[in-house]
Amino acid sequence: MKMSLRHKKMITGLVFISPWIIGFICIFSYSLVKTVEYSLNKLIFTDTGGYELKFQGLQNFVYAFMEDPEFTRVLSESVVNMVIDVPLIIFFSLFIAIILNRDFRGRSMIRALFFLPVIMSSPAITDALAANLNNMMGGLSSSVSEVVNVEGLNVTALAMSLADFGMPLGLIEYIIGAVGRVYEIVSASGIQIIIFLAALQSISPALYEVADIEGATKYESFWKITFPMVSPLILTNVIYTIIDMYSRSEVVEMTQTIAFTEMNFGLSAAISIINTIVVGIILIVFGGMISKRVFYHY
Amino acid sequence: MEILQKVLKSEKVEKMKTIHFKHQLKSRLSSIFIGIILIGLGYVVISPLLSVLSDTFKPLSDVYNPLIYLIPEHVTLDNLTWAMETLEYSRSMPLTALYCIGIMALQIMVASFIGYGFARYEFYGSNIVFGLVILTIVIPSQTIMVPLYMQFRYFFGSINMIDTYWPVILTTLTGVGLRSGLYIFIFRQFYKGLPGAIEEAALIDGAGPFRTYFTVMFPNAKPAIITVMLFSFVWQYNDVFFSGLFMKSMGLLPTRIVSLPSLLAYGLEIRDPNLVNLVLNAGIFAVIMPLIILYLFLQRYFMEGIERSGIVG
Repeated sequence: MKMSLRHKKMITGLVFISPWIIGFICIFSYSLVKTVEYSLNKLIFTDTGGYELKFQGLQNFVYAFMEDPEFTRVLSESVVNMVIDVPLIIFFSLFIAIILNRDFRGRSMIRALFFLPVIMSSPAITDALAANLNNMMGGLSSSVSEVVNVEGLNVTALAMSLADFGMPLGLIEYIIGAVGRVYEIVSASGIQIIIFLAALQSISPALYEVADIEGATKYESFWKITFPMVSPLILTNVIYTIIDMYSRSEVVEMTQTIAFTEMNFGLSAAISIINTIVVGIILIVFGGMISKRVFYHY
Repeated sequence: MEILQKVLKSEKVEKMKTIHFKHQLKSRLSSIFIGIILIGLGYVVISPLLSVLSDTFKPLSDVYNPLIYLIPEHVTLDNLTWAMETLEYSRSMPLTALYCIGIMALQIMVASFIGYGFARYEFYGSNIVFGLVILTIVIPSQTIMVPLYMQFRYFFGSINMIDTYWPVILTTLTGVGLRSGLYIFIFRQFYKGLPGAIEEAALIDGAGPFRTYFTVMFPNAKPAIITVMLFSFVWQYNDVFFSGLFMKSMGLLPTRIVSLPSLLAYGLEIRDPNLVNLVLNAGIFAVIMPLIILYLFLQRYFMEGIERSGIVG
């Protein structure tokens, strides 16, 4: 059978990709389908060591929303966290990337420092590290209502005294909350900072020179040059950050506990699906909003 | 006239001097401001580490001493020894290291192979299929956690693969392991950037596609290989998800750390929460140390890796 060169090439390509195709179909897609199946059923382990499924329709979903004491709270918490943290992370990492783009002594050391949390990203360790951070920061990073007196300085009371100066309490609480998030944000920004750095370095300096000659201020040249050139990466980083937060969120922990401690695989699968759909919606909404404003210069 | 001109000139010079001074003052102030921000944030990043470090060598008596914040008065190695004993460090450390290196090598081989296929060979719908690869990056494995577990528990009906290395090997081999999609993406971008002339030269010399790949393309992929090497080792080492799901009782370090507090209570009968905290931090220190040492030496390659990976521009 004679095959044209093009066909031969196509088949070779498929051969190269074949391991992935097997994996995608037999493991990934299969598991996705099974997740949907489990969510609609109740999983019972039979005495012989196998398992069987009892059809339950949407009952698992109903249970998750209506009856389970924790699910709605955990889900809304993680969504709120995501919506608050993602913009903060993006602005923060862009800001830091711009600072780190200048030449100064010790620059590579500081870059290495900011990238360090990526290395220590083990979920097992992050909890312990966060707890340590509470100790170091004198309790400011714990929740607003806690008055913690550690290491002599009662920072929360100090901050509350700002209220005596007439600052609205809500604003103070917001600022304290934001400061408490600092560790979360800084440690989640490592990769984003590097991506923005690389993008900043790819902007041709000629653009800035021309702007300078034409008399643009630094502020203008940021918004007219830097920001548009970096905007595709803003989209990339937003998507990456959302996915990153998703895989570290409490809801995921909840699926694991429900599956393996309570042995309720059906409910766990349902929660997984709900969570994925919610994150998917967030992704599409945020991504769509940003994608329209991205400036592609090629 | 000359005197008038002289006076005017000197005024201008004065003005310029003040403007220049103002500029200098501004830029000095902004450098100081930026310096403060950077130092502050740097402190935020490093403070947990410092706390872990100090706790590792701090004896229990120093915890109750209010004068001591970070630097312990009596340095003790007890915490570290207890932690390492309970973690069975001398056994689980080399085991974890070898495991991570093995998986890392596997990831490199497989991701490169698959990435090359996507880069060089166009077939109907290759872009759509690559979009599916992106989908595997976007949908984290936690979503399909339950069926994944069931699949390997009842593999082909009756083989129980849990608590063996097989689940991870199989998922990596088929390109759906931990972050595999990302590595495939990196290799694809890299191979796309290589000139086609290399393959044509190999073709002229009589090499078939596989020979070309193994002898010509793959050895040329060093930057991508280094990037994937670093990231896959680090992420595999830090991974609690797959190892907790499939290999809980195989004695890998990540899972051991998670259960360290309870292990301490049973094994060495350490129940005082302050002491547990100290020993836990010592354990974390023992687990993180190799990574940090690795990072100190190779930190430049990590960052270059991201810059070159093709995610940017």
